[in-house]
Amino acid sequence: MMQKMGIKSVDELYADVPKRFQLKRRLNLPKPTSEHQVKEHVEAFLRKNKSRRDIPVFLGAGCWPHHVPAAVDNLIQRTEFLTSYTPYQPEISQGMLQAMFEYQSVICELTAMDVANSSLYDWASALGEAVRMAVRINNRIDVIVPKIIHPERYATLQTYVEPLKLHIKSVGYNSETGLLDVENLKHQVSEKTTAVYIENPSYLGLVETQVEEIAEITHDKRALFIVGVDPTSLGILRPPGEYGADIVVGEGQPLGNHLNYGGPLLGLFACRGEMELIRQMPGRVIGMTTTLKGDKTGFCMALQTREQHIRRERATSNICTNEALCALASTAYLALLGPQGLRELGEIIMMRTQYAMQQLAKIKGLKTPLFSAPHFKEFTVNFDKTGKTVRTIHEALLKQYGIHGGKNISKEFPELGETTLYCVTEVHSKTNIDQLAQALRNILRRKG
Amino acid sequence: MFQQARWDEPVVFKLGSKGRRGCNLPCVEAEVSKLTSHVLHELPKKMKRNKPPSLPELSEVEVVRHFTRLSQMNYGVDLGFYPLGSCTMKYNPKINDLLAGASGIAELHPNQDESTVQGVLEILYTLSCWLAEITGTAEVSLQPSAGAHGELLGALIMRACHKFNGDAEKRTELIVPDSAHGTNPASGTMAGFRIVIVPSNKNGCVDLRALKAAVSERTAGLMLTNPNTLGIFEEDIAEIAETVHEAGGLLYYDGANLNAILGKIRPGDMGFDIVHINIHKTFGTPHGGGGPGAGPIGVSKELAKFLPVPQIAYDPKRKHYFLDYNRPESIGKIRSFYGNVAVLIRAYTYILSLGGEGLEEAAEISVLNANYLVKRLKEVRGFELPYAERRPRKHECVFSAKRLFKETGVRAIDVAKRILDYGMHAPTTYFPLIVEEALMIEPTESVEKEELDRFVDVLKRISSEAHSNPDLLKNAPHNAAVTRLDEAKASHPKTMALSWRMHQKRNVIKSATY
Repeated sequence: MMQKMGIKSVDELYADVPKRFQLKRRLNLPKPTSEHQVKEHVEAFLRKNKSRRDIPVFLGAGCWPHHVPAAVDNLIQRTEFLTSYTPYQPEISQGMLQAMFEYQSVICELTAMDVANSSLYDWASALGEAVRMAVRINNRIDVIVPKIIHPERYATLQTYVEPLKLHIKSVGYNSETGLLDVENLKHQVSEKTTAVYIENPSYLGLVETQVEEIAEITHDKRALFIVGVDPTSLGILRPPGEYGADIVVGEGQPLGNHLNYGGPLLGLFACRGEMELIRQMPGRVIGMTTTLKGDKTGFCMALQTREQHIRRERATSNICTNEALCALASTAYLALLGPQGLRELGEIIMMRTQYAMQQLAKIKGLKTPLFSAPHFKEFTVNFDKTGKTVRTIHEALLKQYGIHGGKNISKEFPELGETTLYCVTEVHSKTNIDQLAQALRNILRRKG
Repeated sequence: MFQQARWDEPVVFKLGSKGRRGCNLPCVEAEVSKLTSHVLHELPKKMKRNKPPSLPELSEVEVVRHFTRLSQMNYGVDLGFYPLGSCTMKYNPKINDLLAGASGIAELHPNQDESTVQGVLEILYTLSCWLAEITGTAEVSLQPSAGAHGELLGALIMRACHKFNGDAEKRTELIVPDSAHGTNPASGTMAGFRIVIVPSNKNGCVDLRALKAAVSERTAGLMLTNPNTLGIFEEDIAEIAETVHEAGGLLYYDGANLNAILGKIRPGDMGFDIVHINIHKTFGTPHGGGGPGAGPIGVSKELAKFLPVPQIAYDPKRKHYFLDYNRPESIGKIRSFYGNVAVLIRAYTYILSLGGEGLEEAAEISVLNANYLVKRLKEVRGFELPYAERRPRKHECVFSAKRLFKETGVRAIDVAKRILDYGMHAPTTYFPLIVEEALMIEPTESVEKEELDRFVDVLKRISSEAHSNPDLLKNAPHNAAVTRLDEAKASHPKTMALSWRMHQKRNVIKSATY
């Protein structure tokens, strides 16, 4: 090759790089390693981890343990999908494009919205994008969020809207039900409000029931109503599209994606079908079309004039690479479950959660849940009256009983005292829950 | 000749049959059910879903066949040459996928006690150190989910830095060359900056005089990729860095083109203050048909305090890896948790396999391959190499089909579509914007000489087809799953069908298939 090119060494191809910038040493990295050694090395590291395969783990809070069907894992390993890029050449990428169209379509069915994009990074960044979209539509300066919100989603929203100099206002909650304080919302919503955001179920697992009032209050001031969802609830819970949501965001990870230590996740994003909204959507959207000859249906990227590679500084978002493969997994997952399966999943989660609350509530000194609204998948457990801290109890559970308890939220919500957030899904059996209850009982019985 | 599968596969909603299921869920134990089934009835009526979602109803085998058929109508790196410029479609080693799928990663919850995740934390910590070494930066955040996400974070860090110095109100302009990736101006705008565009000079590099005229006390920084999108190394980089720094701005390195300089040149050494890395390009992780990727950023020592929380840290006294949230100047969060870990693990494995020597060799071969194509494609009638013809390219080259268009009426898009017929992916087209009828070609290091020669032969044949039978190209592709698509129809408000629900409501897409 070099002969053909008329060069003697590859160095000649770097000759135009000023000498002072040419690295004079080798990078301080390991020596090349054989595949066998790499495997042994990485596996040794992984053995140091304890996963939910080794011990029961009752953590959720934005990343939820669920069973991933073998067929889903298998399909996303098809290398035609796995090793392809963004489908810039649609004719040779019909597989991924059709799958993404189907993904958008199942998300629309789940949420009862008209249009969905083909994914954003995660729920948190999807929320940031949704509020930015609202501002593009109505150019207002306040956004209202619930006080009970995942702190990382709140922090991400802050980062996303800081350049817009938007004010984020928080609406409190009813101390008995844990649901949104609607009176307080009424006071805060105004002509300056770009959007009102709620999470349903909320960060603490509460099913918001005042959705219609919230939608009405929001729309009275012509603000946009944004709803954040855990999609596994939508087999049994009313979809946001039926109670006035203008934009729906959420986390698609629980639909057929593993925990992966928190990433990749799958940002859901859907909105109503008005052009005013569609034109302001962030992210890639796949549309159905035909061949130019008109003889066959096909799929391609649509509305690319919103996107960065065409619109540059006037794009609706800078997003390019998204979470397509995770979206594919979710599509296959939903196709496997179907409407019946999704409903069943919701029911199992709801019953198991209820069972866990019942069993833990029997333990002396322990209060669960803190709020009276219906719970889905997650619930609060308060240890104030046990004389022990969340930290002590957590360590005893983990070290003496080999059980990983819930997430410590005492610092996130100091007003709730020594409180943890527990998560129960279809993967937590009665035995797991009984063991947890027994372990907690033993720990709390002990003095000191 | 190549022929892609054509399955006429219906949309998943048209498959299956009512009541069919492809997956069983664990049964709720009888005792649990007895004690708890009342909650389902107690759910307030107005919050119950009364109409089940119209999801597909398929058996497992139907689902598997559907998506397997779809996969056969999708082209990936494992099928053949994929010279998509600026996307670095190198081979994705299988060992990386195998290890990333292990339960010691896949089944870890991000909020687990640090004592149960020391293995993954050590891997991520080590990876961040390696990436700092490769980029010549002081500290790396692994959090951004993609390159553009890294750009947004980088631009926000610029903003945070100027704010910290009391300059934020003044420094509102971000400078971007006209040859930049579209994400650069889009990310800058999202971070609240006004974009100032500087033109390229006749060598395709940043016009230094224009840059000097553009900088001022309003300059927040410059976003630059080097080698640039023409594959040319910005030789004035020292003066560029000096100009921006003297004006009080920061220098941002768009890492999309990092593959060319691994182990050869480090962005930090060139004066860049912030660098993003496209893990799914440079470090060989599969792109998954659009994602997930990962876009870590490295920054100089002065900027490290602004990185998002948490940083993965190591306490040598306790021999303990931990998540460090105690960073008061941090810009906060840009997403949940710590980054796309399943992607990052693959990068760790990739770097471990290749080592420092291997990375350098990868860069050299990618550059050698691109320059070999430069040399050979000049032989092809109708194709020209605009800008600095005599200078070596780095990882990619941009040819113009302007002359072919003039001679035959065949455009770059037609050439691209015809390449598909020969069983190869097309180069990036119509980018960078400063080249007419652009074909941006990045062969990467994962390709044999014979394949490069075959690509040259294909372009020669296409050139001759353009002269003898231009319609053949204008109607290409002929051998892909579908013939050329009507992309305008997909975006027109009258014919738009962005979901099955929208399609059914409007029923405007009509064709022989459905």
